[in-house]
Amino acid sequence: MIDLLLLFFLVVCALAAISIKDLLSCTIMLGAYSLVMAVVWMRLNAVDVAFTEASVGAGMSGILMIAALSRTKRGEAGGKNKRMFDFRNTLIFLVVVVTCGILIYGTMDMPDFGDKDAPAQTHVAKRYVEKGYEETAERNMVSAVLAGYRGYDTLGETTVIFTAGIAVILLLRRRKRR
Amino acid sequence: MIEFVLGKYNYWIHILLMMIGFYAMIAKQNLIKKIIGMNIFQTAIFLFYISVGKIDGGTAPILWEGGGPYDNPLTHTLMLTGIVVSVSTTAVALAIVIKIYKAYGTIEEDELLEIIAAEVSEDGSSKI
Amino acid sequence: MKEHIVIRTVSRGLIPFIQLFALYVVAHGDLSPGGGFQGGVIFGASVILYVLAFGMPEGRKRISEKMSDILTSTGVLIFAGIGVMCLFAGGAFLEYNALAIWSDHPEYAKHHASHLGIYGIEIGVGITVAAVMITIFFETAGHYDD
Repeated sequence: MIDLLLLFFLVVCALAAISIKDLLSCTIMLGAYSLVMAVVWMRLNAVDVAFTEASVGAGMSGILMIAALSRTKRGEAGGKNKRMFDFRNTLIFLVVVVTCGILIYGTMDMPDFGDKDAPAQTHVAKRYVEKGYEETAERNMVSAVLAGYRGYDTLGETTVIFTAGIAVILLLRRRKRR
Repeated sequence: MIEFVLGKYNYWIHILLMMIGFYAMIAKQNLIKKIIGMNIFQTAIFLFYISVGKIDGGTAPILWEGGGPYDNPLTHTLMLTGIVVSVSTTAVALAIVIKIYKAYGTIEEDELLEIIAAEVSEDGSSKI
Repeated sequence: MKEHIVIRTVSRGLIPFIQLFALYVVAHGDLSPGGGFQGGVIFGASVILYVLAFGMPEGRKRISEKMSDILTSTGVLIFAGIGVMCLFAGGAFLEYNALAIWSDHPEYAKHHASHLGIYGIEIGVGITVAAVMITIFFETAGHYDD
């Protein structure tokens, strides 16, 4: 019951974040969306991911957007004669509905939610759960997989965030005048 | 039929969230609205993936004595990487938006296209 | 200036605890939810709180450009360096069990070597993520006079 209520909040926050004209309010709705998403992940027992989303999504993303908004315009332009149902928006809506239909058709074959014998739970994840502690000495299985079994991916991820820092420096830092 | 719907309706709500983000990425004219739509899309994909890894009656994947069946830690790990990549992409996208505003004075897509088309037809090169 | 006095006083008292909590989250990555990324982001957020409360020039005096650039690279260097150390110790890249040959009783130390290797990696990730968050905030929020 509470899960349905949280999912309803999510849909409402997402719809509000893309419709409001004032961009600062959109940023705050995006922060609320990230927070409710973190609570939903707590309900699904994903504690590490909820921790990261609460700090990164609701914290860092929000403040970066506010910093970017302070250097550009705060309001979205109303548009000269844009209406809600002109040709371009209707075409895009049809494309989105077709994509939604294809994806829902794709979920028809999936196992039920919470199924114990789903293929996702029985191949390599079973080995990570059973032998994680004796091979990597980490009780937190997410850390065992992240830094032990898949340490190379974590090196790639650290390089990605390092590259993002370098890209922002190259784009925005002013060179000192000699 | 009814247990078919009960077993899968949460996937459909996640797909609805993805489509909200997808629509915002394509249809909105403001560049920052597009970035907000990208964030909503990415977070909904993480939600879909994590809900694949949940087991009925499972607990958080931390080893402790007497713990029952554990949830799948592999899905959590992959989505953790995804969140970090998402914030990196957002940061670089916002830096590019700031540069576009400095160069052209507007961040609406249709006005940008008009300005760039006018410049290209003048002298064949752009202003950046 | 009078309206800033509440924010400044509270920040001055609270920032050390936030940074201590960030180090706690990094260090307890193997027992509780947490790890390198979460702790690094919390540490970056504490520096951002300092800049928001006291102003950008004051914040730049605490962490200069050169320091944050050096710290960004140091974390990745620590991560890759531990991997290469495992190569020198005879194992594969990032195989922490091989680091046990440098202890006194190699056949009993594999568990401990893996533990220490993962600690080193989390510290490296934490340093990089904190420095990158600080750098991105300073670059996107500064330079008002353009």
